[in-house]
Amino acid sequence: MALSGLDIYKLLPKTNCRECGFATCLAFAMQLAKKSVSLEKCPYVSEEAKKILEASSQPPIKLITLGTGETKFDVGNEAVMFRHEEKFHHECGIGFIIEDNLKDAEIKVLLNKINQLSFERVGLQLNVNLVALKQNGQAGRFIEALKLVLSSTSLPLVLMSDNVAALRPALELIRDKKPLIYQANKNNFSELAKLAIEFKAVLVVQDTDLDVLSGLAQEINKLGAVDLLLDTGKKSISEKIWDLTQIRRLALKKSNRSFGYPTIVIVEENDPYEEAVEVATYISKYAGVILMKGIEAWESLSLLTLRQNIYTDPQKPLQIEPKLYPVGQAGKSSPVLVTTNFSLSYYTVLSEVEASKIPSYILSVDTEGMSVLTAWAAEKFTPGKISDSLNQFGVADMLSHKNLIMPGYVAMISGEFEDTSGWKITVGPKESAGLPSFLKNVS
Amino acid sequence: MATQLMIEKWLGNVSTTTIGATKAEGGTRANVVKIGGEQGLPFLFQEAAMPNKPVIAFEVWDIPPVDWPDELVKSLGSVVNDPFAWAEKCVSEYKAKILCVRMQGAHPDFGNKSADDSAKFISQLLKKVSVPLIIVGSGDDQKDSQVLPLCCEAAKSERCLVGSAVQENYKTLVGAVLADGHNIIAESPIDINIAKQLNILISDMGLSLDRIVINPTIGALGYGLEYAYSIMERARLAALAGDKTVGSPFICFVGQETWRTKEAMISQKEFPAWGPEAQRGVAWEIVTAAALIQAGADLLVMRHPKAVEKVNKYIGSLMESSL
Ligand code: SF4
Repeated sequence: MALSGLDIYKLLPKTNCRECGFATCLAFAMQLAKKSVSLEKCPYVSEEAKKILEASSQPPIKLITLGTGETKFDVGNEAVMFRHEEKFHHECGIGFIIEDNLKDAEIKVLLNKINQLSFERVGLQLNVNLVALKQNGQAGRFIEALKLVLSSTSLPLVLMSDNVAALRPALELIRDKKPLIYQANKNNFSELAKLAIEFKAVLVVQDTDLDVLSGLAQEINKLGAVDLLLDTGKKSISEKIWDLTQIRRLALKKSNRSFGYPTIVIVEENDPYEEAVEVATYISKYAGVILMKGIEAWESLSLLTLRQNIYTDPQKPLQIEPKLYPVGQAGKSSPVLVTTNFSLSYYTVLSEVEASKIPSYILSVDTEGMSVLTAWAAEKFTPGKISDSLNQFGVADMLSHKNLIMPGYVAMISGEFEDTSGWKITVGPKESAGLPSFLKNVS
Repeated sequence: MATQLMIEKWLGNVSTTTIGATKAEGGTRANVVKIGGEQGLPFLFQEAAMPNKPVIAFEVWDIPPVDWPDELVKSLGSVVNDPFAWAEKCVSEYKAKILCVRMQGAHPDFGNKSADDSAKFISQLLKKVSVPLIIVGSGDDQKDSQVLPLCCEAAKSERCLVGSAVQENYKTLVGAVLADGHNIIAESPIDINIAKQLNILISDMGLSLDRIVINPTIGALGYGLEYAYSIMERARLAALAGDKTVGSPFICFVGQETWRTKEAMISQKEFPAWGPEAQRGVAWEIVTAAALIQAGADLLVMRHPKAVEKVNKYIGSLMESSL
């Protein structure tokens, strides 16, 4: 947590020697708090004070990168308990557990399914993030299965094993790929920390007790393994909510460094619906990485959509570039549908127009990312605004007609618009689901 | 060194609303449903009590459903063609503890049933099922102002939850609710200030705050869910900090919003990459519900029996450690 100028002043020598270039230690402290000078300017600052000040300039929850190349992703560096306070910064990673005692053919089927899990929503690609291989038997089989996994996925990997004899050769195979090792506990942490350091892997630290967990994280950090994820083990859903909330609170509000890492949750639930509600809970409540089993498209689609919702910046709704978008082979006589530049509005209209198979134009008016009704209420979706867009994008020149289709919810502005602009308005349906049949009727 | 946990204690709490009245209380219901009463954020039992669990109300209509996707209708079976049989099935087979009946048939586009006929329907329904009722209008404001007061009267003393009152139109409904001893749904368009304002206006008319349930107007998963999610969190934090005027429980119309999304409806044939619609629709409804429960939802109105079953089980396991 950032220190105030006064907090910093208390750590300085208070001799006002001026060597830093400031008249007093206090003046220097004030500039330090604003980050406009660096601490090195004071030759007399104690080692102790240096440590505290350095720690305070780090994010309260460490940013951890998993994987390399195109599929790598970051978790952590979160700053708030509630998304409305700022936003949630780094989407939690979602991965799938594969047991190494499955037959090769079965593992291939699962990997194929995982490779299909990519969906486009409101113009963005939603992807899953991790494949976790779980050791159930001999080290040899684990390595065999790992080779199989490597041959058909480029996603970052989790090695689920506490067996050094299996982990070492596995890590040799994926040297420099920044995998995740699951998991170090009080019995094996020094060995696993060594491996994590040697292979630059991220290490999961596990204990069901928060006290023990924080002690372990500290010890492992001292050993030199500094990229960690925290796991509080198998518990009921509400106990998990409690743990995840406490870890986030302690890191953010108490600057407790030993909790200053992203968390990981393993969901072991065979019924896909029950798995989905549980994963949904942890997406909402602070998990950094979630590993699960269900690889069904419908389940992933719903969970990735939730993650997208929760991690959307509340101050900046998803928006698209305002302009005239042709859909299909749109030409001079094609209908023109007016909507906002709020991503959800635009893409909802787009998918219905595509479904209708009638070539059309969609005019996306700049409403600063507000939806139709919100923009209308905020006077961002007015006859004037729409006219401006028509002019800006030269819409009249591209058409042989002067007709526009207005969203049903803002039928009230049609009259004024017709009077002032010379365009003719047809009022469309309120719900975009009505668009295909509406378009068939008007054309 | 022992870790000092961070326990948050709040000054305020959510009010408790009781829906349904038993014989002893002047009604005819076999059970009552209590919602709200939270003394802290959801499911953090170690720092704050949550005396009542979130409750799911099955949504039924006074006419056979219109524009519901096939999968959803199939899941309920042929009973949907007879609203009373539909309601009875929800109670007897799906063990519903409360029903939400939508007076859709009164809507000018859906049969334009008279206010008298609507009231008659409520009287009969009260005889067929013994669980508490939520009664909501057809969505046509003008018609609802005629229909709902008569429905209130038909259910006099049954302590229903009736809605919705909106900022532009609340007086008639508040009057009826007051006269006949019900609770009211106060609906605001994803706006915490309007929610607060409306609660004040309603309580100024003499309906106490513990008889108001806030409908924050949710969007389904992928359709603006995050707006309501954050409005609910903000309102709840304000309530816990001591602002009683936003301290009412939340009702969320999860089924209504879910079952008009493309993801819940479109067939696998059209979107092979999305998987079978039968499971996809249910998943859409339960994930929407789960997220809203985490944001503080107290009462969820849902449609699909499978989704209701799974979310009920989820609520059960969430509440396990509350004892
Ligand atoms: S150099 Fe250090 S001790 Fe000297 S005035 Fe600056 S801050 Fe104070």
